[in-house]
Amino acid sequence: MTLVDATYWHEAIRCLAAGEATLLGLWGEPGRVHMAVFDNAVVVLSLDCPDGSYPSVGAHHPPAIRLERAARDLHGLHPTGLPDGRPWLDHGANPTGYAFLPAEGEGLHQIPVGPVHAGIIEPGHFRFTADGETVVRLEQRLGYVHKGIDHLLHGATLEQAARLAGRTSGDSTVAYALAFARAVESVLGIEPPPRAVWLRGVMAELERIANHLGDFGAICNDASFSIMLAHCGILRERVLRCAAACFGHRLMMDCIVPGGVAVDLAEDDSIRSLIDGIRARFPALVELYDKTASLQDRTVGTGIVSAELVRRFGAGGHVGRASGRDFDVRRSIGYPPYDRLQFDVPVRSEGDVNARVWVRIKEIEQSLSLIEQMLNDLPGGDVRIPVAPRRPGEGTALAEAFRGDVLVWLRLDSAGRVDRCHLRDASWFQWPLLEAAIEGNIVADFPLCNKSFNCSYSGHDL
Amino acid sequence: MLRTLLQGLRSPVTEPVTPDPEIAALAANLDRAARRRLGRSLAIREVDAGSCNGCELEIHALNNAFYDLERFGLRFVASPRHADVLLVTGPVTRNMREGLERTWRATPDPKWVVAVGDCAAGCGVFADSPACIGAVERVVPVDLVIRGCPPTPMQLLQGLLALLSAR
Repeated sequence: MTLVDATYWHEAIRCLAAGEATLLGLWGEPGRVHMAVFDNAVVVLSLDCPDGSYPSVGAHHPPAIRLERAARDLHGLHPTGLPDGRPWLDHGANPTGYAFLPAEGEGLHQIPVGPVHAGIIEPGHFRFTADGETVVRLEQRLGYVHKGIDHLLHGATLEQAARLAGRTSGDSTVAYALAFARAVESVLGIEPPPRAVWLRGVMAELERIANHLGDFGAICNDASFSIMLAHCGILRERVLRCAAACFGHRLMMDCIVPGGVAVDLAEDDSIRSLIDGIRARFPALVELYDKTASLQDRTVGTGIVSAELVRRFGAGGHVGRASGRDFDVRRSIGYPPYDRLQFDVPVRSEGDVNARVWVRIKEIEQSLSLIEQMLNDLPGGDVRIPVAPRRPGEGTALAEAFRGDVLVWLRLDSAGRVDRCHLRDASWFQWPLLEAAIEGNIVADFPLCNKSFNCSYSGHDL
Repeated sequence: MLRTLLQGLRSPVTEPVTPDPEIAALAANLDRAARRRLGRSLAIREVDAGSCNGCELEIHALNNAFYDLERFGLRFVASPRHADVLLVTGPVTRNMREGLERTWRATPDPKWVVAVGDCAAGCGVFADSPACIGAVERVVPVDLVIRGCPPTPMQLLQGLLALLSAR
């Protein structure tokens, strides 16, 4: 962390607005605001705001707007100059009295959707303004699953905090646990044993494969091509069963802990046969996707996000990489074990639903190869070292979850407890782009667009 | 395409379900009159009232070929107005309280509420948060609790089958 003054803060805002750096996160604590910026390296800037206000970043750099609204709700920090005075995570006593932005014109009508949706998904509200079938504007209202995670982390033991981090967004539990553990380890100046580092990699790639398989099937299902969901559902279930057999939990919750991993891998046969099984079945599904004209008709050219928007918002994961942003924490910043493994980061430029599908397909293939490499070179030895509180301090870590980069910032006190911790999901910079992606598309294509993003509600709402 | 379709049919993966005596005992206390009226087919509406989405992943898995929920006459429906059962997850956040209450009121009688997961049961990691109300039973009456973080699809299936079969 670098404690800066207002002049430096303004200079950082200028750099962000000029596109010279990327915003990685913005969060608060009582009396202080923090911003993480990426410019070849990750820098955390902190500004004291004794009177509770600070110069708004969002006033000049829109990706910060929702982050500032959230920090205002959670810590009472006022972003001076922010044009949007509405709350974000705090729905208050009157949850229905939210002022959506106006969209006016002859023949326009509104379609309110949610928070309780038709499918088995998380709650959020979508306010569509449509001209006939065409969406003129979508405005999201999120925060329904706000659970007070920042609040709960304040004063938590490392064990409690690791469990909370692993339940910020259940589908990315491995990535969150990994980022949290690495942040703690950086504060304490400890290194997990080599075997643990490699096993963390195996878990992270299993999680990526499981989620991408689920999304691939679900996107096709939203185009009424349900056979793909059926096939992908079988493959995904096999991944989860393999995870349960190897690490004791289908989603691998609480398997990564500060200091290493909680479970050692007894034998790798089941993972190897899982990889063989996916390699035997997956190519036929990809071919089916590629050669079904009625399916392509729905995904190609639908929900386009421009390269410029993706760059400005610093959108990670398949959303960014499908629109030409070549960023993957595993390579762009790098962390073990990926610095010693061979893999490609698939990037497309079309920015439509189809491109986001293809990024997932290619990433599944890369992850299979990564797991194989890790199993071939898996070191022996211990998988966990004791974590004793040694010194207070701050740490930051990023990990590449299946949907993009997870940022963890934390400060430990001298007793080894978490004083403050903030977890920033990739969705923060993807949700706003979904509003842009649907513009000019028909209402019926929203499920496709939404699923091709698959943003986290829980990870965002904290 | 035909090749892929047929391949899927060649080796069925659907598995039998053994009833879990513990959950069956819980379900035995459920309202018999309601069960008589609903018979052996249940329409389920899922409500995420604050979950981390881990429970949703496993509820989703009930539809895959291994568990194939629909073979038991159970199916997920898109509206609470079509539902007999509300499957509720999460530590009920303050922001979802009204959504859950309104969903419950929109569900016609007779109805059952199943609280799914440790958060919904009240013992989750978010239990002490001021942003959460707590267990589902603090907001709507709960008939059956299926614990787990998250419960496995097999545990979910055993719970739902207990609703149908307990006499």
